[in-house]
Amino acid sequence: MSDMTMTVNGGNGGEAALSFHVTEDHHPENATLFGFWMYLMSDCLIFACLFATYGVLGREYAGGPSAAQVLELPIVAVNTTLLLLSSITYGFSVLEMQQNRRGPMMAWLIVTWFLGAGFIALELTEFAHLVSIGAGPQRSAFLSSFFGLVGTHGLHVTCGLIWMIVLLVQVGKKGLTAANKRRLMCLSMFWHFLDVVWVGVFSFVYLMGVLT
Amino acid sequence: MSDHAQHAHDDGHHDEAHDGVSEIHVSLKGYMTGFAAAAFLTILPFWLVMSGAFSKTGPADAFILLFAAVQIVVHMVYFLHLNAKSEGGWNMLALVFTIVLVVITLSGSIWIMFHLNSNMLPSMMPNPQNLP
Repeated sequence: MSDMTMTVNGGNGGEAALSFHVTEDHHPENATLFGFWMYLMSDCLIFACLFATYGVLGREYAGGPSAAQVLELPIVAVNTTLLLLSSITYGFSVLEMQQNRRGPMMAWLIVTWFLGAGFIALELTEFAHLVSIGAGPQRSAFLSSFFGLVGTHGLHVTCGLIWMIVLLVQVGKKGLTAANKRRLMCLSMFWHFLDVVWVGVFSFVYLMGVLT
Repeated sequence: MSDHAQHAHDDGHHDEAHDGVSEIHVSLKGYMTGFAAAAFLTILPFWLVMSGAFSKTGPADAFILLFAAVQIVVHMVYFLHLNAKSEGGWNMLALVFTIVLVVITLSGSIWIMFHLNSNMLPSMMPNPQNLP
């Protein structure tokens, strides 16, 4: 950061006093990571709307089953463990990436993929069970908002899994280039962001739902 | 640009210095600290609810939300590597703005919708057992 500021100041030389812009401000030449952060923030607003919908409709059972009757905490505990473990294995992958070790980096990414796939598989099993006992999204406002919120999160995780496969192929073919490292950091942010959303889901929907 | 030239260009360390990736400080210690804290903040509320230690009253909800809030901060700091200086502070500014919008959306929706019930005509009142 400091050497860049020096270059800019040195380039302006004596004209610095006449410039009307702040030359000391730090601008990365590649703003992809910041742009991706802005995407995550807008995604955050989508989830905020879904959380608000669930907050309003979460107790409108329409004579159907309540959250405490249909939600099973043991499954959610396993799911949460899988997602949390996948977060730390992605962290290990990033650490290997920083060391320019392609093999271990890809190995940790594959471990992350399987943990994420396990999460999706368990979630789909849970959804199938709910639909089979007549607690599908069309049953009540509670179940509509539940499937809307949890399903959107699951869809994001699925997209993350597809993205992971694409990056594995790209890193496998081209190696740990600067572009691939940037993409891996974007996916890292995406993956950890989904974990943050899941913290809200298991707390607000599952734990508080079972208590009511 | 040929594939080979692209490859050579991307491999240059000169580019990496300015793409923002190399400015993110990651360490094994940081990830393990975050993971330990996140695991603790996950297991504790799950255990409290599943063991039946929490009764179905107000404080339990507040505790769960508090654990969630702390865990979200832990994830932001240790996994998303957020600090006040990343991207010249713009990351944090965008996050603060988003949090303001999220809080308005959530609290505003719940506040307005739950007061709507009491403002309705008596004949339009929903079944009392569905009220929170």
